[in-house]
Amino acid sequence: MAQVVVITSGKGGVGKTTSSAAIATGLAQRGKKTVVIDFDVGLRNLDLIMGVERRVVFDIVNVIQGEAKLNQALIRDKRVENLAILPASQTRDKDALTKEGVQIIIEELSKEYDYVICDSPAGIEKGALLALYFADQAIVVTNPEVSSVRDSDRILGVLQSKSKRAEEKREPVKEHLLVTRYDPARVERGEMLKLEDIQEILAIPLLGVVPESESVLRASNTGTPVILDAESPAGLAYGDAVARFLGEERPHRFLEVEKKGLFKRLFGGRAA
Amino acid sequence: MGWLDIFRGRKPVAATAGAAKERLQIVLAHERIGRTREDFLPKLQAELVAVVARYVAIDPGKVAVNLDRGGDMSTLAIEIELPGPRGLAAR
Ligand SMILES: Nc1ncnc2c1ncn2[C@@H]1O[C@H](COP(=O)(O)OP(=O)(O)OP(=O)(O)O)[C@@H](O)[C@H]1O
Ligand SMILES: [Mg+2]
Repeated sequence: MAQVVVITSGKGGVGKTTSSAAIATGLAQRGKKTVVIDFDVGLRNLDLIMGVERRVVFDIVNVIQGEAKLNQALIRDKRVENLAILPASQTRDKDALTKEGVQIIIEELSKEYDYVICDSPAGIEKGALLALYFADQAIVVTNPEVSSVRDSDRILGVLQSKSKRAEEKREPVKEHLLVTRYDPARVERGEMLKLEDIQEILAIPLLGVVPESESVLRASNTGTPVILDAESPAGLAYGDAVARFLGEERPHRFLEVEKKGLFKRLFGGRAA
Repeated sequence: MGWLDIFRGRKPVAATAGAAKERLQIVLAHERIGRTREDFLPKLQAELVAVVARYVAIDPGKVAVNLDRGGDMSTLAIEIELPGPRGLAAR
């Protein structure tokens, strides 16, 4: 049986898709059979971030509506073994998703894969609810910013009341906090919420901290999940997060301002 | 501001992260309670207006409900505009 993992946040644009692509790729790199599903019907983007946009033929809605077989819609990654992507539809709206349809797909995938990663759309409407409904675990992506933290708290409440596990009064969805776009320099200057503050407020176990990093834009430009950029701080941070997700102990990095040489300090230069 | 900032031409910025934390703690404390309980304010307002209307003729549109959510204490202010003597005479 696969573990179903939702990547969610409530708030939009905090890094769910970036994280879904990175974490799914990282799990596959470590030999786990992984499929990542884009639940953002109408605003498909995971295909671009994964670099498979030119290979999309069918999508999740086609499968639900019986217009294509699941196997026809799955796109197998060419860089990493054990990794497949199920794209969202770009033309339909979220009502095309049904709970029964999603259930059949997840059950089918569960037979073959170790991890089913669900990239949730923003909000707490149908698409987001369906993305988290079948989850065994949730990775809550949060930026160090008031509205993001509040929305994360809200989505935690939804996980605890509206997921299948909650409805069936089973063991609750396992929650993980992933802080992204963390800027230690701004934290040091007191302009940005500290990691400890976010942890104190949300009070769920910390999976990782991904620094604000130029490598993320670079990665999306080329359609390469940032975790494949093993030199970059964001790539390394996602690598650590995946290792922790699989039970390894890893110290957190990129929490402090990098000590730069005097030249760089005088004339600027940001994290790569 | 560090002295190096002078060279970078960076203006000193206010440290606002503390305010962010404090505001979040208060609003979330309230929202977490609200999750398990339905929002009673609309009902409270309707019932209050009904009670007052039994004694005085009031305009239901002239009822203002103000809530200030605090950390230690919240205040709920309900302001109902009652017609004055001239208003009553005009009826
Ligand atoms: N660590 C990071 N450093 C810098 N930029 C980042 C980082 N993480 C994400 N971004 C940028 O933030 C933007 C939003 O990211 P992403 O699309 O992953 O968010 P999302 O939560 O999936 O958004 P949506 O809610 O619209 O689905 C993108 O432009 C991405 O490049
Ligand atoms: Mg997204």
